[in-house]
Amino acid sequence: MAGVVGELRASFKAGRTRPAEWRAAQLRGLIRMIEEREEDISDALHADLAKPRMESYLHEISLAKTNCTFALKGLKNWMKPDKVPAGVATFPSTAQIVSEPLGCVLVISAWNYPFLLSIDPVIGAIAAGNAVVLKPSEIAPATSALFAKLLPVYVDNSCIKVVEGGVPETTELLDQKWDKIFYTGNGNIGRIVMAAAAKHLTPVALELGGKCPAIVDSDVDLHVAVKRLAVGKWGCNNGQTCIAPDYVVTTKSFAPELVDSLKRVLERFYGQDPLQSEDLSRIVNSNHFYRLTNLIDDKKVSQKIVHGGQRDEEQLKIAPTVLVDVPLDTALMTGEIFGPFLPIVTVDKIEDSIEFVNARSKPLAAYLFTKNKKLQAEFVSNVPAGGLLVNDVVLHVANPHLPFGGVGESGTGSYHGKFSFECFSHKKAVLIRGFGGEAAARYPPYTPEKQSILRGLIDGSFFALILALLGFPREKR
Amino acid sequence: MAPGLGAMGEKPAAATTTKHLCVGSMASGLREVYESGRTKDMEWRQSQLRGLIRLLTDKEEEIFDVLHEDLGKHRGESFRDELGILVKSVKYTLQNLKKWAAPEKAEAPLVAFPATAMVVPEPLGVVLIFSCWNLPLGLALEPLSGALAAGNAIVLKPSELAPSTAAFLAANLPKYLDSRAVKVVLGGPNVGEELMEHRWDKVLFTGSERVGRIIMTKAAKHLTPVALELGSKCSCIVDWLDGERDRQVAVNRIIGAKWSTCAGQACIAIDHILVEEKFAPILVELMKSTLKRFMAKPGGMARILNEKHFQRLSAYLEDTKVAASVVHGGCIDPKTLTIEPTILLNPPVDSDVMTEEIFGPILPIITVKKIEDSIAFLKSKPKPLAIYAFTTNESLKRRIVEETSSGSVTFNDAVVQYALESVPFGGVGHSGFGQYHGKYSFELFSNKKAVFKRSFLIEFMFRYPPWDDSKIGTLRHVFSYSYILLFLTLLGLRR
Repeated sequence: MAGVVGELRASFKAGRTRPAEWRAAQLRGLIRMIEEREEDISDALHADLAKPRMESYLHEISLAKTNCTFALKGLKNWMKPDKVPAGVATFPSTAQIVSEPLGCVLVISAWNYPFLLSIDPVIGAIAAGNAVVLKPSEIAPATSALFAKLLPVYVDNSCIKVVEGGVPETTELLDQKWDKIFYTGNGNIGRIVMAAAAKHLTPVALELGGKCPAIVDSDVDLHVAVKRLAVGKWGCNNGQTCIAPDYVVTTKSFAPELVDSLKRVLERFYGQDPLQSEDLSRIVNSNHFYRLTNLIDDKKVSQKIVHGGQRDEEQLKIAPTVLVDVPLDTALMTGEIFGPFLPIVTVDKIEDSIEFVNARSKPLAAYLFTKNKKLQAEFVSNVPAGGLLVNDVVLHVANPHLPFGGVGESGTGSYHGKFSFECFSHKKAVLIRGFGGEAAARYPPYTPEKQSILRGLIDGSFFALILALLGFPREKR
Repeated sequence: MAPGLGAMGEKPAAATTTKHLCVGSMASGLREVYESGRTKDMEWRQSQLRGLIRLLTDKEEEIFDVLHEDLGKHRGESFRDELGILVKSVKYTLQNLKKWAAPEKAEAPLVAFPATAMVVPEPLGVVLIFSCWNLPLGLALEPLSGALAAGNAIVLKPSELAPSTAAFLAANLPKYLDSRAVKVVLGGPNVGEELMEHRWDKVLFTGSERVGRIIMTKAAKHLTPVALELGSKCSCIVDWLDGERDRQVAVNRIIGAKWSTCAGQACIAIDHILVEEKFAPILVELMKSTLKRFMAKPGGMARILNEKHFQRLSAYLEDTKVAASVVHGGCIDPKTLTIEPTILLNPPVDSDVMTEEIFGPILPIITVKKIEDSIAFLKSKPKPLAIYAFTTNESLKRRIVEETSSGSVTFNDAVVQYALESVPFGGVGHSGFGQYHGKYSFELFSNKKAVFKRSFLIEFMFRYPPWDDSKIGTLRHVFSYSYILLFLTLLGLRR
């Protein structure tokens, strides 16, 4: 592993990754890879997750390509230094902020969107001029193998490497010195990554999970709201998505209508027997399958199921399941579900939902369906989260002008669009002075006259500046 | 057993805490205050910033006294480097606060029409600030002002190695700020350790690499995000300069950035100089004569913090090869903890004084054959907080900016970048991560929340299962923003 890093560091030191042409060429290589190998990518995603081709296209392939193109377009602009004002105290001077690459970075990706969550951070790393190692998740082995096979063909292998493997390989990677580590996954591993990074004082970006709440008010266009809710939950990897709505909060009076509408929409989407539907992803592996079935087989939970609950062990499929008022101390209600279960929590008044949501750790995303402007405003100002959506779910991930990232337990650091570039850059302050504008007031011995001019200078007083520039106080030799 | 936070094994400062600190209840008390929304309120934030300004202006004399007690700083230096800059900075924050805290509109792609997108800054919650002993006022209150501006509740742990300033902060912050939301905790490394056992919404640490690692490791247990402002060896390249005036100005600024800044005990002080061998004698002579003038009166330079640091610095000079390289100064006085401004010429590159951060009034000068060689020297060392270069050569300037990496680069001056609110201040690599000053202080303690609003008006059926190939075709148009094709398709697809 040290050899891999050594090679990367040598390439970086040689300046290979700095020129805009190199960065653009890599991004174009990625675009070509996505265009030419769409079938292979779709196949790998199907092998790993039984992902419907539509989902693979919609959520991974097209998004990855759009993000590459966006970075390609923005690259030259993002690389330009930012001129900023320099103040009176350092007059005359010019100041700018120069973005430079951090160096050699490590991207550890996740299994649920194994293609997108690998490409997206790598786009940022390349655009910012770094050398990068990608460690795809071993839990999505087909996609991991695909990266190992394809990346060397389409991009510069001396600066962009793929390292496959499980826990031992990842641990060895984490022992090396990196200039940044970008990790997507869960909080437990996030802690391990950060502790390993601490040894080398490496900054980290952690894209973690949480329980993303979806508050549904009764004044909504119910059919549209439920379709959006449903596609955001079950249409995204069957709930195995960090920003999928984890649970719903609605009023006691509205809950029955909501449940009815959910049932109808689910049947429309997946038919009478969802386990047979080609449009439903399977659970990634048996570990998670049993984790999930255990959650709903708990007696306190199973009696709260109002729809679904079926499972097929052989295919590792679990049907969309809706529950109402599950006891809050059950595992289903305390941990991130990451599966096809949607518990509905009922409250008396819709306003109570905000308090309920805020009593829990800050999520990666929070959703609110309502036409009530006042509720919307309260939601936006009082619900801390990585991102908020009103009247839709999940979509913000596709907007490259919005930073995507968590806060608190849901993570630290953000990316997408220009934020990806900044995530992997160091913003260096550059101050340029000349030899004019010498202020004797700066230096010892500190006489009272000097101090009053200094005071003026620091306060931004032009008069003091003029005095200082004129050489006051005059030095006695 | 985990190593403690004891900085260089000093004995803890005389206990100034009177009651046993219960971090847990303090932290939960602060969280309650924060959850009540008190600190988010814009007027509250403004009143706190005004309170800070009042503190700094009312208590000016006392501030000069405590800084003199802790570090022997002359009031001129204290004003220039700590008090004056703080007042300027807090005023700047107050002026710009509303703008920084306002939601920022972001573009929403047309295909999501109608939709609005924006980024809303919000406070992180309850934050912890550790400050360092060398700029004990500035390194505490500058981040504090940023955290207040961003709407957080705050715990400040000032360094026990500057006890008078720490006591001053503990006594006065509660008087001028909202003591329910801003707490000062005094004590030594054990208190720091205890604080880090708890979860915070952000921790800013200014200090040494060694302690920085410990802080980050402890923070990892709670996924507490951290910002580390660490030390480094800040190089100063001095190119051949023509003209007496330019040379004098350069030397003034170099001396100011070394000995006039807490006697070199500053993270951004010039650590060592790189100069062409032909220019070195000119530089050394001019430095000697200027030093004589600047240090003519007593009190021109702060003293060394304490015995431990004094011994550390004296030890550098005890190395015989280093002692042989002294070309100016070298006298030490253990009674007053002073080391006179000392210049070394080409000490061995593997000596302690050349490998450790000096943090004191000793200045090694390293000569190179051509000034461009200094760039290779810089690239071989860990990334520093600042690189300085005195030169009129535009191509050298460009090479330094493009080929080296550091927190910041300043040409033809040094240390003054600290006073500029428009540029971020912070390190990279071993000198740390996370930036502050000006708007960056506000952002350091904020979460920038993405907000996306849609209406129920327009619905795209191809978003939903059951999937079929025609839907993929439509989506292809959507994602390549071929709106005309999309429009035509929609006419066919809409039910």
